[in-house]
Amino acid sequence: MIGAIPTKALAQEKTPEVKEGKFDPGKATMEHIADKHEWHLLGEKFIPLPVILYTDKGFEIFSSANLQPQGKVYKGKYYNYVLVNNKIKAVDETGNIDEAANKKVWDFSITQNVAGMWLSGLVLMFVFISVSSGYKKRTGKAPKGLQSFMEPVILFIRDDIARPNIGVKYERFMPLLLTIFFFILINNLFGMIPFFPGGYNLTGNIAVTLTLAVVIFIVVNVNGNKYYWKHIFLPDVPFWILPIMWIVEIIGIFSKPGALMIRLFANMAAGHIVVLSLISLIFIFNSLWISPVSVAFAVFIDIIEVLVVFLQAYVFTMLSSLFIGMAIEEHHHEVI
Amino acid sequence: MDLIKPEVGLIFWTSLSFLILLFILGKYAWKPILAAVNEREQSIETALSRAEAVKEEMSRLTSENEALLKQARAERDAILSEATKVKNQIISEAKDAAQKEGTRQIELARVEINNQKAIAMADVKNQVATLSIDIAEKILRKQFEDQKKQDDLVKELLKEVKLS
Repeated sequence: MIGAIPTKALAQEKTPEVKEGKFDPGKATMEHIADKHEWHLLGEKFIPLPVILYTDKGFEIFSSANLQPQGKVYKGKYYNYVLVNNKIKAVDETGNIDEAANKKVWDFSITQNVAGMWLSGLVLMFVFISVSSGYKKRTGKAPKGLQSFMEPVILFIRDDIARPNIGVKYERFMPLLLTIFFFILINNLFGMIPFFPGGYNLTGNIAVTLTLAVVIFIVVNVNGNKYYWKHIFLPDVPFWILPIMWIVEIIGIFSKPGALMIRLFANMAAGHIVVLSLISLIFIFNSLWISPVSVAFAVFIDIIEVLVVFLQAYVFTMLSSLFIGMAIEEHHHEVI
Repeated sequence: MDLIKPEVGLIFWTSLSFLILLFILGKYAWKPILAAVNEREQSIETALSRAEAVKEEMSRLTSENEALLKQARAERDAILSEATKVKNQIISEAKDAAQKEGTRQIELARVEINNQKAIAMADVKNQVATLSIDIAEKILRKQFEDQKKQDDLVKELLKEVKLS
């Protein structure tokens, strides 16, 4: 996060700085951790990404290079578009934001986060399919190379996360847990890289953590057995408390994956915000002399972040398996 | 606030990408990896339990061998002592038999000796008788020629007899 941030922050904040003559660290930081329609390399250089818009009149597909620099109006097939705070807005002929049209335009662009996710997905596939072929090539032999690096992690997830939390039926959920763990881990790690191919903030984006949480929500409730539902709707309490219990339990169903969503999002976003804020100190003091302090603190936070990267992937996987385990647990000795 | 407002586009792409990733990794990575790991663990476990069984079998065989050895030793001792007993018996029997035979032989020899003695005695008696008769005859003849001579003769003859 160290090397590229000052240049990037500088590059992005040039326009407002010139306009207002003042650097807004809050805005810069928020912009930095938000999704973008282009992938910045160094300075002003960037990779344009495809913009896909679903409008009431049909799809619009064009390169995000058409919207650069920010504020430039692009005349599409159906509407005119402009980039405001890295978000595509429909505008009318005069360049004012057209709120009525905006409601009809859905943004399905391949943003920096989507592109990063695909890149990390390809890396995951490459790594684990080669690991898997290693097992095929050396059947029954000791693991080697990448295989021996990944096997302890896989076994850790199986023996220390899935088995103790889920119980005997853990094997069915292993693919999901492994995919979630490595998906979060690799995207956390890519997020730690300040330049291409990293520099995106996927796991610190609420849309992504929401999707992962919804996956867990569906898995937990689809696999929930009769004891799980009985615990929710007919807990062992006096009947007049039942309505209160229903409310509490139904909130609980949603709050568990909700906690997963917020925990991962907040941890990753906060890490990025702290590092970016420390770097922003240089611009706030408008002095290069503060940079050793900023960099020293940013490195310190980055080291903590490396720990958090692994920790959050672990925590998400562990809590997911815990919730699954609670939903499929068999109560052999039900005391009524 | 934009930070906590999920974008539909990203939700859509995340869901799609995650499900595809889950499917592909599940089919081509996790399943073979977990199966291979399980298989290897099982093979290690069976190898270990087999080694344990072999060890037990070995110890069983060793103890069996020892028992066999002990039995063989005992049998050998028994056979040896039996053989000694038989040998001693045979020796004593042979001794007995030899003694008996010796006694019998001695008895026979004694009988024979006695017989021979009796025969010899009889012969001696006969000769003595013949000699006595001869002497008597000669004495008688001499007496009939000359008394004195006859007496002398008798005396002489007697002397002779004594000498012979």
